Amino acid sequence: MSETAISHADERALVAAARAKATVFDIFWQFLVIGATSFGGVVPYLREGLVTKNHWVDDKEFVELLSISQSLPGLNATNMAILLGDRLKGWMGAVAGIVGVCLPGGLLMLCVGMFYRVHGDHSFITFMLKGVAAAAAGLLLATVIQLGKKSLSHRFDLFFVLITVLAVNRLHLGVPKTLVIVGLMAIFFHYPRKSEKESVKQ
Amino acid sequence: MNQIPILLRVFAYLSILTVGGGMAAFPEMEHLSVTVHQWMTSSQLVHMYSVGQLAPGPNMMMIVSIGDWAVWESSGSMALGILGGLVVIAAFFGPTALLALVVGRAWNKLEKWPWRKSIQLGLAPVSVGLLLAGTLSMARTAVTGWTTGGIALFVLLTMLWRKINPALLVLTGAIVGLIVGYLPK
Repeated sequence: MSETAISHADERALVAAARAKATVFDIFWQFLVIGATSFGGVVPYLREGLVTKNHWVDDKEFVELLSISQSLPGLNATNMAILLGDRLKGWMGAVAGIVGVCLPGGLLMLCVGMFYRVHGDHSFITFMLKGVAAAAAGLLLATVIQLGKKSLSHRFDLFFVLITVLAVNRLHLGVPKTLVIVGLMAIFFHYPRKSEKESVKQ
Repeated sequence: MNQIPILLRVFAYLSILTVGGGMAAFPEMEHLSVTVHQWMTSSQLVHMYSVGQLAPGPNMMMIVSIGDWAVWESSGSMALGILGGLVVIAAFFGPTALLALVVGRAWNKLEKWPWRKSIQLGLAPVSVGLLLAGTLSMARTAVTGWTTGGIALFVLLTMLWRKINPALLVLTGAIVGLIVGYLPK
């Protein structure tokens, strides 16, 4: 236990020193590298780049920033770039982070899109994309299940999941209306209870 | 060029729907880009989204191609198409970026607000539901028979049982798609 306490103090000193040295260009460059290498999901690459390599945040703050990112609209990768960039270098750091993380994938998809627009009806491409799309559908479903396991806190939450799906896909209520109506219901269902408040404090 | 204000409006609106992930905005994105503005067909949209899973970075970068195509098509100019792609990126990431900046700065104050926990707990099932709704509407286009159903199921089960880089599974899907496509019928 004492060992972790020491390494924790060391880590805080390390983070403070690393943050003092970071420039706007460092932030841009690190997020550009993450944006260019994060194949198959951005979170492990963010942790590697921001915690392990640069010591801009420790694991505790990383998890905190990630939980802010996940509870806000927007993608994890771009929200993390904004939050971390801002903590390091204010709004300029935030801009550097988000531009860096979007640039490689954006350029790549621009080229892929142009190629597909011209050659998309070639049978080789069609066959391949059919398989890619099916795999992506399976991937998405797995992500939804993993996210559900991790983030649902009450058995009744499954009911909110179900009515959200029905409202969007069957009743065609539209995402914004569904978000407001079901969202408010679920938030009031989880209204702040005394016991929860105490357990959070502990 | 007349597509640019429309793209700005559509993608700024889609931006705030991405609660829990980009896929939450998919049903609305499909409706607006396919049915309303006819920038692409639904299978083109699903193809671009799926190829996007192979690209590094934020997983919705395929939206650049919607902006690119919309302006390229209407103006006939490839250069203006690129501008369309840029407009879409700015519109899609601008509003949520601003929100993240504001909330990130106010977070320490929000931490003590008792409803913050309620909002987080309450939004969790709704965002899972929105992602599931998006996934199902995407799967309706992507899964059309035994082969595609088999690929999707294989990827789903592998992801749930093994820790594996998802990009590899998407590549596997591409290879299976090619093999089955060229098999003699």
